[in-house]
Order: sequence, then C-alpha cells, then structure tokens
Amino acid sequence: MALIEVSHLTRTFRVRGRPAVAAVDDLSFAVEPGEMVGYIGPNGAGKSTTIKMLTGILVPTSGSVRVAGVDPSRKRTQLARRIGVVFGQRTTLWWDLPLRDSFDLLQKIYRTDPARHRHNLEEFVELLALGDLLDTPVRQLSLGQRMRGDITAALLHDPEILYLDEPTIGLDVVSKGRLRDFLRTLNAERGTTLLLTTHDLQDIEALCRRVIVIDHGTAVYDGTLAGLHQQGGSTRTLVVDLVDEAPPISVPGATVRRVEGPRQWLSFPADSSAAPIVGAVVAAYDVADLSVQEPDIEDVIRELYSR
Amino acid sequence: MVDALVDFGRIARLWVRASMAYPASFWMLTFGSFVMTGLDFAAILVIFGRVDAIGGFSLGEVAFLYAGTGLGIAFGDFVVGRVERLGSMIRLGRLDTMMTKPVPLLVQVLADEFALRRLARIAQAGAVFAWAATTVDWNLSRVAVTVGMVVCGSLIFCGLFVMLASIQFWTADSAEAANAFTYGGNALTQYPLTVYPSEVVKVLTFVVPIAFVNWYPALYVLGRSDPFGLPGWLQFVSPVAAAVVLAATALVWRTGVRHYRSTGS
Repeated sequence: MALIEVSHLTRTFRVRGRPAVAAVDDLSFAVEPGEMVGYIGPNGAGKSTTIKMLTGILVPTSGSVRVAGVDPSRKRTQLARRIGVVFGQRTTLWWDLPLRDSFDLLQKIYRTDPARHRHNLEEFVELLALGDLLDTPVRQLSLGQRMRGDITAALLHDPEILYLDEPTIGLDVVSKGRLRDFLRTLNAERGTTLLLTTHDLQDIEALCRRVIVIDHGTAVYDGTLAGLHQQGGSTRTLVVDLVDEAPPISVPGATVRRVEGPRQWLSFPADSSAAPIVGAVVAAYDVADLSVQEPDIEDVIRELYSR
Repeated sequence: MVDALVDFGRIARLWVRASMAYPASFWMLTFGSFVMTGLDFAAILVIFGRVDAIGGFSLGEVAFLYAGTGLGIAFGDFVVGRVERLGSMIRLGRLDTMMTKPVPLLVQVLADEFALRRLARIAQAGAVFAWAATTVDWNLSRVAVTVGMVVCGSLIFCGLFVMLASIQFWTADSAEAANAFTYGGNALTQYPLTVYPSEVVKVLTFVVPIAFVNWYPALYVLGRSDPFGLPGWLQFVSPVAAAVVLAATALVWRTGVRHYRSTGS
C-alpha cells in the first residue's frame, strides 16, 4: 500500500457573497515509501492547501486522503508522531526560547527515546552546522539558521514522511545548496519520504526524480523530470561564438533564436543529439567557442500551463 | 488525558521559565494585576460607606458573592486565559504549526505563553474570600457547597472562555464580544442579583449560566431563601450547569477545529 494516497480530493473555500472557490479540485496521486516528490505549481495553485490536508490541518470538502493508513484530519495528533512538517514561511519552534529548549521540549512531547533523540540531535547539529546556535533564542536567528533549526525540529522524532513547504524560500545560494545536500543524504540514508513544494525549480532538479505539477487545484503532470521536458516540448540551446559577425547560421535540425554580434543562439529539440548540429556548424563556419544550454524547466512548465 | 496534562505542564513550565528571565517585569505586572482587580472590590467598599446593604445583602454577604465569582473567573483565566489569543494565533499561522504536533490542539493553545502573573487575580479574590469567610456561619454541608461552588464556578468560566473564543474559528475578531459575556458576567455577579430585574436573573440562570458560579450556591451557604421564589434545588445543581457548559464547549471547539480554514500560503 502507498504511504500517501490522495483520491479525488477537493477543498473549496467559501468567501462571503461569492461562489465557493475550489483550491484543490479532484486531485489524485499516490506516493510510495522512500520517494522524493517535487510538488510544484504557480501561486494559488493549491500546493499549500494540499499539504495542509495531508497533515490534517484542513478537512477535505470531498474525496479522501490516507497517510500511513489513516485519515489525517481525524487522527491528526496520532499521525503527527510519524510525520515532520517544515513551513518555509513560519517557524514551528518557540519564538522566545533557545533552540536547545525547543529541541528538549520536542523530545518530551514526541516521547522520543532519549538515546535516539541525542543521537539524532548530534547528527543534525553536525550536518546542519547548528552547534554554535543552540543557545540562541529563535527570534535572533537569521532566516537560513532558523530554517536549519526548523528542519532539525521536524526530524528529531524519526518521521517516515517529511513535508517541506517552500523550504528554500529566501535562502542564499550557499544555504540552498547545503540544504539540498542534507535532504538528499536524509533520503538516501534513512529512507525518509519527502514531499516538497517549491518555487525554485533547481530544488526539484537537484532532489526529485518525480514531479507533480498542479494548476488550478488539479495535477496537470505527474511523472519524471525528463518526461516533463518532453511533454512541455522543451528545447536545448547551442550557443555559438563565431570569429566574425555573420548572417544567421543555417544548419539542418536547428533554428536561430537570437543574434548578438558574433554570438548566435540556436535551439534544437531536447531529445535529439547536439553532435550533428555542432559538426555542421563547425564545418561551415569559423567558430571561436561553443556551449550547450540545458532546457529551462520554468519554460517547460509555462508551456504546460499555457495549454 | 494524563498525557495531555503532563504536556500542558511541560510547555507551560518552559514559558514560565522564559518569563522569569525578567523578574522585575514579572513582579510589576503581577502587582499591577493584583491592584487592578482589587479596584472592583474597593468600589463595593465605597458604596457600603454610604449604605448598610445592597439588594438586601450585608457587606460580608456581598464579599462572599464577590469572592465566589472572582475565584471562578480567576481560576478560569489562569488555566484557559490564553485561548483569547486564538484569533491572532490563527492569523500568524501559529495554529497550523501547533496542529502538526502530537499534543491536543487545545492543550497547546492554553499552554502557549502561559503566565504565572495571572495568579494575582486568584490571590486578590482569595483575599476577599478569606475575609468574607469569617462572617459565614459554617457547618459541614456549607463547606461542601462552598468547595463545589469554587470548583464548578471555575469550570463554568473555563468552559465559557473556550466556547466563546472558539467563535474566532469563524470570525477572527470576536474576542471583544466574548469578553462581554465572561468579564461582563463576572461584573454582574459581583453584586447580589436582587439588584437586577428578574429577566436578568433568568438569562444568567438559563442562557449564560453564570448565576451557578456564585449566586445559587452562595444563597445556600449564607442561609438565604431564594429572593425570586425560584426552587431551592437550584442551589445544588452547579455541577450540572458546569457539565452542560463543558459538554457544549467541547462540541463548539471540535466543530470549530473542523471548520478551520487556515490562512493563505
């Protein structure tokens, strides 16, 4: 049985005087143990609403959710021991308390085995470089530091599933990279199932083999990242630096998108090889340099939405 | 249930420790609260400087009534006072994060930023009670009814605080309206109900049953027959009133939680 089962899930919100709006509309998917799933979509697509139903915060209007075999909204506190949740925009830590106190309290309210708690804490403090921050009140932490604290807090009780809602929002490039490494390690070594919503498609490229794209509350794509490129009709780009300025290059299998002095951008289908095109260009022109750009997933998704 | 109480204690203790980091601030707030709540009783003393009785009740008897409702609301405020902040917890998204933790939501709401300075109100009402008790002609059954009065009164106020705060699940800014019932009810019952029209007494008996917090059990303890001619058994049914209020509270709270809409994002 799948660890997360969502079936014909719908949640509507009634705003006074206006017709009900469906934030999530007839959504179905399943996640197996150990998967890392990227859950993406534009603002207001229903990502957070889905996470809130998976954690039991919101009660579905119709359809069903089963997580680890139980209905989250009916067994919320019971399920809480088996999941970890990180909201990028708000902290689950106690604002005025030092990190250490928050972690101690979590050990008690989750009834985590003390030895296990110590072991986990040591490991996460090491991996996330939290050692110097343990005695700092949460309100004095920077966003990146707080996020590391929140992730530790969400994992100390060995959850089977970790939900991350925009975990890298507002983080700098280095912090983002470190966080992605950590999540990859977590999944590989502990087999923790990860479901993350994000705006940052690099999160997805770095972490997730599987992507669910949601728009207007419905899944418009569910599959591999590679498949997403194919379905979105994505293209790769060959950037050619010629020795001299020239009229647009004409070679079979590629079209010129842009010309800027001696530099030209040629696009070709993402699933075809760059080699024959490179060969043709080099044979016909004086080339100073060449590079290939991979397709931009944002464009791919924009393409999907526009259908 | 035991687990929930233990968790309440753990979370509350942490907050108390955090507030004790600023002892001067703690004692000033506590002392201020003690004085502020004491002003109500000072007003009663001023009135008794001019008259011998209010609504047919002597100073000692009015003090007993005052302490009865005062202890009820003070214990209620001490234990569940934080629930007033439910609306802001919803707005700030704190409720979402609480809902992902393995402790009953109400326990987390009540323990959040738990403050010992609320004990000041209990101390003030307790002081008035101690004085009023010296004027009572005690016997065993009156002691029993008095204990029942304080326990049930506290439970009734706990229930009312939580029930009325639950309305914030539907409308986030109803905290002020809720105060009209709780603190307003407390203010009304600081005086003998004989000073009000009988309609007010009926509302306080059958609609918002705050009369069971102090008025009916106090009539028994003070050895008075019901001035409105209502049946004498009402003086013993405060536990029933408390049970009804708590059952209604549980229902409203649960419905509120299932109706919760969270905030955007």
